[in-house]
Amino acid sequence: MSNGVLVVLETKGAGWHRMSFEALAAGQKLAADMGGACSAAVLGEAAAIAPLAAELATKRLATVWMVGDALLAQYTADGWIAALAQLIAEVKPKYVVLPHTYQVRDFAPALATRMGEVLIGDVTAIQVAVAADGPVFVRQWMQGKLNAEYRHGGDGGVCFVSVQAGSFRGDAVESGASEVKTFAPTLEAAKIRTKPGEAFREAAQTVDLSSAPVIVSVGRGIGEQENLKLVEALATALGAEIAASRPICDAGWLPMERQVGSSGQTVAPKLYLAVGISGAIQHLVGMKGAKTVIAINKDADAPIFEVADIGVVGDLFEVVPALTKAIEGAARG
Amino acid sequence: MKIVVAVKQVPERDAVVRVAADGRGLDERDVTWTMNEPDAYALEEALQLKERAGEAEVVVLCAGPERVQSTLREALAKGADRAVHVVTPESGAGSLGERDSLDVARLLAEAVKAEAADLVLTGLQSDDLGAGQTGVVMAELLGVPHATLVLQVELLGNGIKVKRELEDGWMQQVEMPLPALLTVQSGGNRLRYATLMGIKRARQKEMREVSAAAAAKRVDEVVKVSPPTRVKRTEMLTGSADEIAATLVERLRFEVKVL
Ligand SMILES: Cc1cc2nc3c(=O)[nH]c(=O)nc-3n(C[C@H](O)[C@H](O)[C@H](O)COP(=O)(O)OP(=O)(O)OC[C@H]3O[C@@H](n4cnc5c(N)ncnc54)[C@H](O)[C@@H]3O)c2cc1C
Ligand SMILES: Nc1ncnc2c1ncn2[C@@H]1O[C@H](COP(=O)(O)O)[C@@H](O)[C@H]1O
Repeated sequence: MSNGVLVVLETKGAGWHRMSFEALAAGQKLAADMGGACSAAVLGEAAAIAPLAAELATKRLATVWMVGDALLAQYTADGWIAALAQLIAEVKPKYVVLPHTYQVRDFAPALATRMGEVLIGDVTAIQVAVAADGPVFVRQWMQGKLNAEYRHGGDGGVCFVSVQAGSFRGDAVESGASEVKTFAPTLEAAKIRTKPGEAFREAAQTVDLSSAPVIVSVGRGIGEQENLKLVEALATALGAEIAASRPICDAGWLPMERQVGSSGQTVAPKLYLAVGISGAIQHLVGMKGAKTVIAINKDADAPIFEVADIGVVGDLFEVVPALTKAIEGAARG
Repeated sequence: MKIVVAVKQVPERDAVVRVAADGRGLDERDVTWTMNEPDAYALEEALQLKERAGEAEVVVLCAGPERVQSTLREALAKGADRAVHVVTPESGAGSLGERDSLDVARLLAEAVKAEAADLVLTGLQSDDLGAGQTGVVMAELLGVPHATLVLQVELLGNGIKVKRELEDGWMQQVEMPLPALLTVQSGGNRLRYATLMGIKRARQKEMREVSAAAAAKRVDEVVKVSPPTRVKRTEMLTGSADEIAATLVERLRFEVKVL
């Protein structure tokens, strides 16, 4: 499979993880650019993944690999690494493309290590100028303040890549007809060293940010817990719910249920007003769906300005009180 | 019980970010350095485990040039028992920038092997490279089970039970035998500050330097580093705070229609 691409998809419940098709689109594009074929793999208990494999058979793929085993009924790193190492040895792709999910973070670096490789992780773009030169993979450094371009320099080995949420469009996946093949890995229960429990949620959510029309969200730029009252006043004036980036909730300044981002809530308000938030990808995935984003940040290069409709480069300690006053004035007037 | 915590020194969050002259790295000249945030949580979890277990040794480990000793000292001041510094050159061959994640993980794994640790903790991701791999790679190199995105660790009779984060606010418990490696997510505990007494004591604690093995050939290569180009045209408002506020109110009323 010279220049072949193998995309490893992720399931969630009985369906797909929302990022699976983004990875599939990235894989199809990479294969087309490199002049190779694209295949896809889905892992799990055979009966559970059969309908998913059938769905993949309607996509433009060389082969759909159905990797079924009772020991893959629940995700474990040991199970996934063993099964995928065997599949890769059989399929011999040049590129393995994965969605950069929490599950992929958990196993892909070790899978690459087992094959003497390094995962080029959380990639935002894949550029192929000339196929013979190979692809360039773009990753973010410094929480999005720099772009670093990577090439796979390995001696002909497999190149592992995971793609960042939202960087490729899941609806760009090309349809077609492909053949489903089953692959039965050799797995041993004794070699699965971790015992995973069921997923649970900590406490009943008392605030539902997902339906809030207006959100004022505060980040580490606020400096101290004491200063939160500034944004609370702004939220009150706007009739908004208050939300926060992770560090604010980590510090216990606001409850965890007000956290927006990949490990918190996903919101889609009419207005998202980000105050002192830098705009790390894990935050952005939770609020990209907002209709209008206004960002107040003292750093003109903060990545939040890339998703903002209106940006204010300034000190929040000046802008926020002035804005609160102006809104209160407008409400009276 | 021996716990090794890998802590990385990274640029402060509001450090000036400039591309190095060769266009392939970060210009480190005016950078001030700090402990990678998730690593501070990993250290906190280790210190609390020690307090709960009654007896344990907490060893902090860092690979990097001379400057990283300030971060190791900070960890000692917070309560770690001793430090191991894997010394790499400031720049050029063998420096951190010239090594890929696999190679850095190898350096750290070698040091861990020499310690025969029961538990290895790392942060889940570094703020500068954002690779999120070093811990998981180390687990594979050490041949021990691992879990990522860990918030809490509980010692069982014959192993550990950890609480780890899944996406969208979901959690999961995972059990595994020791020795094991965990990559720690921020927010599981409140971080402690170093006390004056701690800072004084840290001066007496052992800081062992070991020299780093020569760098292996990189698997991946960084060919270019540059500031990102903006994809979306953000409208930037300028003026005094009051002028900005007045403009925003107009927009909120007539365009966004929330007033
Ligand atoms: C697996 C994983 C999951 C994560 N999940 C989430 C998540 O769900 N949600 C989330 O938010 N993060 C999450 N994170 C963390 C994320 O990577 C960032 O670290 C975090 O979002 C940064 O928060 P922040 O923008 O508030 O802080 P910082 O990045 O420190 O930014 C603070 C900003 O404030 C600005 N500022 C400072 N002072 C002022 C001032 N006086 N006036 C105006 N601006 C000022 C600064 O310029 C800076 O841009 C996750 C990380 C990982 C690895
Ligand atoms: N040079 C280093 N020295 C010590 N620990 C490191 C080093 N590089 C990475 N780590 C650890 O590995 C974690 C993940 O880093 P990364 O893979 O770069 O995102 C960090 O949070 C640290 O705990």
